[in-house]
Amino acid sequence: MTKLLLTILTWTLSAAAFAQFRVEVSGVGMTQLPIAVASFRGNEALTQKVALIVQADLERSGQFRGVDAAGAVLDENSRPDVAVWRKQGADALVTGSVTRVAEDRYDVRFRVWDAVRGQDLGGQSHAATSGELRHVAHKIADAVYEKLTGEKGVFSTRIAYVTRNTGVYNLWVADADGEGAQSALRSSEPIISPSWSPSGSQLAYVSFESRKPVVYVHDVDTGKRRLVANFKGSNSAPSWSPDGKTLALTLSRDGGAQIYLMDASAPGAEPRRLASSSAIDTEPTFTADGRTVYFVSDRGGSPQIYRVPLFGGSPERVTFTGSYNISPALSADGRWMAYVSRVNGAFKLHIMELATGQSAAITDTSADENPSFAANSRLVLYATQQQGREALMTTTLDGKVKARLAGQSGDLREPDWGPAAR
Amino acid sequence: MMKLNQWMLTVVAAAALAGCGSTVKLDEVAVEDKAGQAVASVDANALGASSAASKSQTTVTTLAPAKAATGGDLMVAGGRVVYFDYDSSAIRSEFQAVIEAHARALKADKARKANIEGHTDERGGREYNLALGQKRAEAVRKALSLLGVPESQMEAVSFGKEKPAMLGGSETAMEKNRRAEISVR
Repeated sequence: MTKLLLTILTWTLSAAAFAQFRVEVSGVGMTQLPIAVASFRGNEALTQKVALIVQADLERSGQFRGVDAAGAVLDENSRPDVAVWRKQGADALVTGSVTRVAEDRYDVRFRVWDAVRGQDLGGQSHAATSGELRHVAHKIADAVYEKLTGEKGVFSTRIAYVTRNTGVYNLWVADADGEGAQSALRSSEPIISPSWSPSGSQLAYVSFESRKPVVYVHDVDTGKRRLVANFKGSNSAPSWSPDGKTLALTLSRDGGAQIYLMDASAPGAEPRRLASSSAIDTEPTFTADGRTVYFVSDRGGSPQIYRVPLFGGSPERVTFTGSYNISPALSADGRWMAYVSRVNGAFKLHIMELATGQSAAITDTSADENPSFAANSRLVLYATQQQGREALMTTTLDGKVKARLAGQSGDLREPDWGPAAR
Repeated sequence: MMKLNQWMLTVVAAAALAGCGSTVKLDEVAVEDKAGQAVASVDANALGASSAASKSQTTVTTLAPAKAATGGDLMVAGGRVVYFDYDSSAIRSEFQAVIEAHARALKADKARKANIEGHTDERGGREYNLALGQKRAEAVRKALSLLGVPESQMEAVSFGKEKPAMLGGSETAMEKNRRAEISVR
């Protein structure tokens, strides 16, 4: 067992130098569907290799194990010899093509095969420019994922994160694999806590550009932004209600960090205090039904996670183990809470099953921060430190499959996983 | 003399931070909000209908100083930094003199304003540290208030762990980072 892990570790370390991402698999008893993605015919001359992007997406999900397609090029019209693919160990096979139809216009097609039964599971076609090929590849990965698991994929969603590189801070919007990042904001002062609106069109975040923390809402499609909270003291920790109408945030305008609710669409709206304590209350986050807010408070003497109903009722403590539990994130299906807990001086990502209160640490790192769930509740994106650098990781909820995301140079931090693709 | 002191402090601070990739805090803040520049979004339904979404956003832009420095901070004898114990916002008795000196300076000149910035060490989450830094800044604000400084002359804000005075995870660095800085203008 130890030897196996060591082998995997050695392989990932050597692969890391050139791979655009790496997937770490730990633990046994994983049920992963072995899948081969053949190179798409006509894709050779283009920079973006659709098959590689699709395979990387599927592997990152934890539901699939990539089987080497051994250089095979198969388009969606080829009838593969499934016996050969079975021998390679593949239970499923993806084939396809990229055809140039006009100047910078491509027709991208794919087909999924059940290699066990030799059955055609169907396919699709997408039109794209060369600049859209990555996105189309993510759409194809979503379609393959849904055909084979029956659940929605999250590969064509977007993430936001912040980099710090030689004193310059950038807020990025990127594909779910960290690639294709585009800067939404560049500042010489820190940017923290980006938070996607439920529609996926706006980001709320905290900027220190005016030498104190203030909250902006930034429309990522137009690049326009507006100041939503610049009260006396600090303004931070923005979080959207599921209907996108309300922002919960932390203000210190009445002395000390306390949680308030604001109308997200009415500039200048007066914040309403959600709960009142003489302690720190911060990091509010709504449940998927919008009826409860989870938050962090040190009212009991140490930071713990609490929840409070929005329509009457008193706060109730959620975490009881350990003396430092922060940064709650809730899955859209309402089953899970991801959070960071200090264990023997190490800050570790934990997952709690809310129905039972059972929780477990799911990382080997010691400076985990700021988790958020994928829209399908199957993966968590978080920040951590690896080899002395700040990095972004995704993990399955059992912690068995992790991938370090590609991205910009410098320290990568403060990730937030956006909603399901529109 | 005061100006010189301040200049020297800045140089020392800059030297301490140089080469570590940290931003030296200056008065100018350069922000480029890319107004009008959309982050390209690819609408799944519109694939094939439009290529507008593939517009490049990778233009390198220079940081322009947004505004000029707004005059020097008042230097108060005895320093302007209050240090704290881990996970604590209690003001240690050794820093009472710093607070008293600032209270005198603020009461002597009602036109002066104090900006109290709370900071933490690097351990733990950014938002919780922001709240903890706020608690430290508020502790200093309350101490000044008890000495008769009006609230209108003070603002307590936090930088959490975003602006360490000293980089690195050593115990010395963390002690230097758990602090509140009082700037009087």
